[in-house]
Amino acid sequence: MRKTTFIQAINEALREEMRRDERVFLIGEDIGYYGGLFRVTRNLLEEFGERRVIDTPISEQGFMGMAIGAAMVGLRPVVELMYMDFYLVCADQIFNQAAKMHYMTGGLLHVPMVIRGQQGGGKRYGSQHSSCVESTFAQFPGIKVVAPATPYDAKGLLISAIRDDNPVLFLEHKMLYFTRGDLPDEGVEYTVPIGKADVKREGKDLTIATFSYTLLQALEAAEELKAEHGIDVEVVDLRSVTPLDMETVYTSVAKTGRLLAVHESQANAGIGAEIVARIYEEAPYLLAAPARRLGMAPASIPVSKVLEEELLPWKNDIKATVLSMLK
Amino acid sequence: MTEPSLKASVPSAKAAVAEPTAVLSTEQLLPMYRMMFLIRRVEESLLELAESGKIGGAMHTAIGHEAAAVGMAAALRKEDYLTCTYRGHHHSLARGMDPKRAICEVLGKAPGFAKGKGGSMHFVDPSLGLMGANGIVGAQVPHAAGMALAAKIRGEDRIAITFFGDGAMYQGVMHETFNMAQKWKLPVIFYCENNRYSEMTPISRTSSVSDLYLFVRAYGMESMQIDGNDVEVVYDAITKAAARARAGEGPTFIEGITYRLAGHMAGDLETYRTPEEIEMQRAYEPLARLHQKLLDRGVSEEELNKIRAEVEEEVQEAVDYALEAPWPDIAEAYTDVYKV
Ligand SMILES: Cc1ncc(C[n+]2csc(CCOP(=O)(O)OP(=O)(O)O)c2C)c(N)n1
Ligand SMILES: [Mg+2]
Repeated sequence: MRKTTFIQAINEALREEMRRDERVFLIGEDIGYYGGLFRVTRNLLEEFGERRVIDTPISEQGFMGMAIGAAMVGLRPVVELMYMDFYLVCADQIFNQAAKMHYMTGGLLHVPMVIRGQQGGGKRYGSQHSSCVESTFAQFPGIKVVAPATPYDAKGLLISAIRDDNPVLFLEHKMLYFTRGDLPDEGVEYTVPIGKADVKREGKDLTIATFSYTLLQALEAAEELKAEHGIDVEVVDLRSVTPLDMETVYTSVAKTGRLLAVHESQANAGIGAEIVARIYEEAPYLLAAPARRLGMAPASIPVSKVLEEELLPWKNDIKATVLSMLK
Repeated sequence: MTEPSLKASVPSAKAAVAEPTAVLSTEQLLPMYRMMFLIRRVEESLLELAESGKIGGAMHTAIGHEAAAVGMAAALRKEDYLTCTYRGHHHSLARGMDPKRAICEVLGKAPGFAKGKGGSMHFVDPSLGLMGANGIVGAQVPHAAGMALAAKIRGEDRIAITFFGDGAMYQGVMHETFNMAQKWKLPVIFYCENNRYSEMTPISRTSSVSDLYLFVRAYGMESMQIDGNDVEVVYDAITKAAARARAGEGPTFIEGITYRLAGHMAGDLETYRTPEEIEMQRAYEPLARLHQKLLDRGVSEEELNKIRAEVEEEVQEAVDYALEAPWPDIAEAYTDVYKV
């Protein structure tokens, strides 16, 4: 074991999978010679060459579509979107093409590819470079969505995503990039399964189900709630948004009787609403009090530090919501 | 060399009249005639089925476009990849798709190649190199370029071709793809079936460029405009483009001038064109042209009649088979969402 950054974990997953499997290649803007705007793909061009690390023009529809075509004939592209907000520029290729291809061809074609990149607020990038996109993607069957919060999960889940036979959206929150965590030594192979949640903190009073950067915020909130109010929160890291591991959530709520779903994309019609709806449909008898969700207010992300902080559903909002649920 | 025009009132044969036309032997042309007639009869039968209410949704036939598909199938290898549009029955049949499975698919029946989930707009069969027909104008074009990229990454002697309409030229993704394909010298052929209408609007009313093959010249791409209704001309152009692609010389853009004799889709009221225009174009349509060419080369009318009678029988059998075929098991509604 050793400590690495989130960025390093992703870089290692790419490198190891490219060494293991000739079919894996990378495509995106500034990823080769520059090594990626956030340095996630650094040194990969040097090892794998221009044939497998492809710098593109600013043509998201074009290279997303080409990656889909390459995947349809058996390669395993990993596409970097520089900012996740740009998925809207190539939304047809992602949703009408990649996500629907297997179904509308009656299973004759499939699209084994990964779309990865960074998202989220906290760095004052403003409305078009800070969105969290998981809730939108969750509306589309045919594509899986994963959003890890630790370097260990990031590496293990990215390897699983590359090996998956379906399109997988791999979300990296920009606030996570320089966080550090334990990682098995380089070359020690492990994977983290897609669609499997992980209890990151045990507790008995209330369950928070979350993922990505709000997981770290929830863990901090939990520590403070314990110290300040003696409240013991259990934190479930969903890790995948599609498919959702509701079983792990139910096991936790069976113990705590309370559920709060937290995410950074907006609350309205978001994945938290889905999680809450699911427990009311499938296991309402577990709840001792109404389940709730917490997400962004219906606004775009502003640049000003104070305005951005006001809107992001981070630690203080999580604490306040938990307290109101336990009143 | 050519006197091209976007106006549908100009006969399709006017394009590239100077191109060579005697590149195939009579022995090679006879099966092509058979296939062209088969496509024609499948499409006409489907229109009849649509009229009788047996086909829902949008169905686009390729009546008048057959030469592009039949010339392509003769010029390329089976392992070469192909993507095309919702107007894609002809490419699939020409590559060898069984008419029974094709008609079943359009009717939404179980023996359809996609179990009835894809229908008329999504013809596909990877075993024939048919990598998907697309319902979104232009979307299949980067897919073919990506398949060509895959062939290049793997070092395979394989190329890709993609078919699209004149209307697709105005989609941004096309130009993104042209640029990358040329920059990376991808082994891909871009074939524009220019029938001079996008749905119900003639492109002369919406385009600021009058010759579509000129678009890609700005990218440095080899391009040409041909008579897309002469199967030999199509064969010749695609053969040469394929040789360039295999030799590592990069993509070629072919604008094949053609004309759609039936409506944009089944049920099209066709208020946007005159019966006279359609009548005038009949003189230039590919099946009639090939028929005449074979007669000129000494093939007897009896021999052609015999071929047509065989095809009539095959198509009728396929229609009967499809009408009798079972519906898919309703459990299929939930399968194939993810590959497991
Ligand atoms: C992105 C998109 N916009 C609009 C449509 C509706 N539509 C279907 S076919 C068509 C016309 C396309 O014309 P063209 O590319 O010339 O092909 P043709 O139908 O003539 O073969 C349109 C507008 C669509 N399917 N996709
Ligand atoms: Mg057209």
